[in-house]
Amino acid sequence: MAIWDYANPTRFLKLVQVVLPWLIGLCVITFAAGLYMSFFVAPEDYQQGDTVRIMYIHVPAAWLSMMCYSIMALSSLGTLVWKHPLADVSAKSAAPIGAAFTFMALVTGSLWGKPMWGTYWVWDARLTSVLVLFIMYLGLMTLWRTMEDPIKAGKAAAVLTLVGALNLPIIKFSVDWWNTLHQPASVIRMDGPTIHPDILWPLLVMALGFTLLFFVLHLMAMRNEILRRRVRALRLRAASAAQPGTAAATAQPAE
Amino acid sequence: MDLGPHAGFIWASYGLCLLTVLGLIAWVRIDKAQQEKALKDLAARGIARARSAGEGKADS
Repeated sequence: MAIWDYANPTRFLKLVQVVLPWLIGLCVITFAAGLYMSFFVAPEDYQQGDTVRIMYIHVPAAWLSMMCYSIMALSSLGTLVWKHPLADVSAKSAAPIGAAFTFMALVTGSLWGKPMWGTYWVWDARLTSVLVLFIMYLGLMTLWRTMEDPIKAGKAAAVLTLVGALNLPIIKFSVDWWNTLHQPASVIRMDGPTIHPDILWPLLVMALGFTLLFFVLHLMAMRNEILRRRVRALRLRAASAAQPGTAAATAQPAE
Repeated sequence: MDLGPHAGFIWASYGLCLLTVLGLIAWVRIDKAQQEKALKDLAARGIARARSAGEGKADS
């Protein structure tokens, strides 16, 4: 079965029903292992002490904040180029989740920064560009709410999402392009990670847990959005049947 | 568990993340319940999809 077969929302909902319990189970197990490793296996850092344990949630949240926006950008291409019926459902559903992960990255970074840097916040390039990402998420969520027609809203949001995607390389390379207080990349590097395996493994397991959590929430939110569009289409159909002569309800691709 | 002099920052970080994740879970669950209730209410009024078991074929 090709990926395009899941363009059918009913078929997609059936797939979600099958996949979701397994994903939830895997997510819970991964988080249990990750948290155990973070608190009981990983040693203190020689400089940061126990404060390094904040990194086990800060770094995955920051990665997911960017991954979520990347998925929204890909979905936006799906909306504008291929007109995939589930593309704007995917983009719209991902935005609040991405905003939440970005919020977690900002707040945990701030809580790490106070004891380590001596301040909760500095206007350096990395922190500022991630704050811009958070504002982009909020802006997109607002745009979707302000437009009644989900198809028009999806197209407008897709254009804005793709424009906002320019911020992703800025976030990634800000620590290389500018002199920032934020440290440069220490895991995803051309010459390999610079973190000791005792600290790297808990970080990677927590990152996997966060990734699974994102997919669980994204699938659930997409399912809700499909149901919402069905409700809207049925209400429009009922309204046009009650008032013959008015414009017929337009069927939405992801009903 | 002794997390040193900055334990408050560590617990605050984990606690805030937990609250955020719980908030996300509550959002998707409440939203699902609301949409399902709306569909059920519409069905009770005789307004349902043409192919409610519609399954397989193009579905718009």
